[in-house]
Amino acid sequence: MMTFTVWDILRNLLLAARWTVLLSLVSFLGGGLLGLALLFLRIGKRRAGRLFVQGYVELFQGTPLLMQLFLAFFGLGLFGIDVPAWLAAGLALILWTAAFLVEIWRGCVESVTRGQWEASASLGMGYVQQMRYVILPQAVRVAIPPTVGFSVQVVKGTALTSIIGFVELSKAGTVVTNATFQPFTVYGLVALIYFALCWPLSKSSQILERKFNVAHRHH
Amino acid sequence: MTYRFDFSWLPLYWPVILKGLLTTVELILVGALCGVALGVACAGVRALGPRWLRPVVAAYVELIRNTPFLIQLFFIFFGLPSLGLQMSELQAANLAMVVNLGAYSSEIIRAGIEATPRGQFEAGASLAMTRFETFRHVVLIPALQRIWPALSSQIVIVMLGSAVVSQIAAEDVTFAANFIQSRTFRAFETYFLSTALYLLLALALRQALRGVGSLLFPRRAAR
Repeated sequence: MMTFTVWDILRNLLLAARWTVLLSLVSFLGGGLLGLALLFLRIGKRRAGRLFVQGYVELFQGTPLLMQLFLAFFGLGLFGIDVPAWLAAGLALILWTAAFLVEIWRGCVESVTRGQWEASASLGMGYVQQMRYVILPQAVRVAIPPTVGFSVQVVKGTALTSIIGFVELSKAGTVVTNATFQPFTVYGLVALIYFALCWPLSKSSQILERKFNVAHRHH
Repeated sequence: MTYRFDFSWLPLYWPVILKGLLTTVELILVGALCGVALGVACAGVRALGPRWLRPVVAAYVELIRNTPFLIQLFFIFFGLPSLGLQMSELQAANLAMVVNLGAYSSEIIRAGIEATPRGQFEAGASLAMTRFETFRHVVLIPALQRIWPALSSQIVIVMLGSAVVSQIAAEDVTFAANFIQSRTFRAFETYFLSTALYLLLALALRQALRGVGSLLFPRRAAR
């Protein structure tokens, strides 16, 4: 029987962790773009758009990410597409991420006080100008800490894609365990790698929040 | 799209789904009760526990909050037996959910405790209450009341996260769906149904938690 050193295990896990990072980036950026589009529907004037986004959010926040992954994996297949795991994983994670980001960002836009809308309207600004010059610059400041905080959820969410067969850090953990019979070491290391990815994000979210809160007190 | 939906397997397999549903409900009941209790204990330790214990609790909370639930589950079910801690699938699933919710809820409860005005602690002390009595009677209940909505959403998130316990063969809703689709090859229909069940479960759980909230904190409801 072959013996594996901790370094062998760690090296294989780190190689797989690249896919976790890549998938997280794609999901976060894709989800961010979709979330932005949904945000404008959600805070827009059209009732149908608002209701659609409300339903979308309810659906994706009210069902397990794992089920969304399964439905993407098997659902896309119904259209006669041969679905590779990375496609289903990316699609489901983007849709899921967007559902959370749109709610976070809506809260941030709504945290800008009514007076700001009225003041900018009284200066003769139209809707687009109000958004561009008054509301969004203020909302973005409030939005950054929770958005960075949510990126941690995205990184952790990618772990579920191992279940539909996408080989990233978690799947590599299972594969390496099956080869080495050292689940304690392997899953311990996997957890530490996830921690190394997520903890800086959590920490910077906290620091950003403190920083922006200080700025707020001077208003 | 020429696909034809086929739910004809439903009459044959509904007992499997029902059993899965009961397991998921059991998991979330145990998880929510013990998890919140653990969260209260951890928040209490961080507020007035012994100094050496506080960083230990902080490390636990950070470790759990920054790693995926799936890995925590695998570590408990596959990793711990090498330390001699063997447990059944259901026990491992329960333990993982308690440990997970414990960390998240302790952070939420801590925020509620920190929002308590200093005067409340001082008022407790001036009534000759010990620090623990002040915490128990003066600080904790209003703190829980303050953060109940956030705690409720976290419990719903943990319930939805419980779908992955099927991966260690704990027989929940997802496990039932996996089982049925492997027998019927009707993957989309089974996962569609189980997704709908989770959605209903999430809505019901949210309502139930709102009810529990108004039972636990009647003064707020009366106002």
